[in-house]
Amino acid sequence: MEFPEIVKQMEAAFPEAAVSVDETACCLLIVPERWPAVAEHLKTDPGTAFDVLMCLTGYDRGPGELLGVAYNLYSMEHAHKLEIRIETPRDDSVIPSVAHLWRTADWHEREAYDMFGITFDGHPDLRRMLLPDDWEGYPLRKDYQTPDFYHGIPIPKDKRGWE
Amino acid sequence: MDFSLVNRYDQDNVIVGKLDQLINWARSNSPWFFQFGLACCAIEMIAAAQPRYDLERFGIMPRATPRMADIMIVSGTVTLKMASRLKRLYEQMANPKYVVSMGSCANSGGPYWQYGYHVVKGVDLVVPVDVYIPGCPPRPEALLEGLLHLKKKIREETPLRKAA
Repeated sequence: MEFPEIVKQMEAAFPEAAVSVDETACCLLIVPERWPAVAEHLKTDPGTAFDVLMCLTGYDRGPGELLGVAYNLYSMEHAHKLEIRIETPRDDSVIPSVAHLWRTADWHEREAYDMFGITFDGHPDLRRMLLPDDWEGYPLRKDYQTPDFYHGIPIPKDKRGWE
Repeated sequence: MDFSLVNRYDQDNVIVGKLDQLINWARSNSPWFFQFGLACCAIEMIAAAQPRYDLERFGIMPRATPRMADIMIVSGTVTLKMASRLKRLYEQMANPKYVVSMGSCANSGGPYWQYGYHVVKGVDLVVPVDVYIPGCPPRPEALLEGLLHLKKKIREETPLRKAA
């Protein structure tokens, strides 16, 4: 199935879930509340059959803007792809987890939590993965400030004379 | 070690020298290293230990545990998460111990010097370093040269006398 057909089928099944459709990027922006139902449908419905979650990426649109997560889905049976994006406000960013549907999402969601601070509701083990457990802050946000010390080890800010 | 007297007294097998020299000769000719390979420099460290560049002909043998090692070759990027483990392993080594900082990440943060929020900008912020080997990654011959410099440093120590 091509992208427009997938969109048409999705809109028929979940009329109020889609927020916007981007033709050039072939992605669908949906609301977080309907995400578990939509994900379940995309995986189990024989017409779409998206059984592989290729990648889950967090992104930040800018300081003061929304935080988002992009899901890249692929179907082995039909060999078609889809991208789903979900955007949330910065302060209270909660997205339902899909780790129970696609196992790939388990560690990718942990990375998105570690780097952006996006909480995934229903995730079996949401804790920091790449950074130390007692790190403060979410580094890949656009308004992140590097701390000066970490347990006594300095993180130099003044780089004059380093090059 | 002064071997000139052997030529004169070769029937009696006499060698005259300082006890310091004997100890330093023994220590510098078998510096076993603790293979602390963290990232890409670890590959070059392993390559140096392989038959082509052969560290073992100098007596430099890899050990997997800090308890049996003399040198710790820090090869690779040290992240802040790893720094506490590195300190702990350094403390587990027995004296006399030496640290060789291999590659630019261990020397001063490497390619992550500018924007790396998670990188220790130089392992000398955590443990005292004896030899720095530049390179990204340094060739096995460069690692070898650094270790030979370390051997020279060990030969010039004064283990029996407190250093002035």
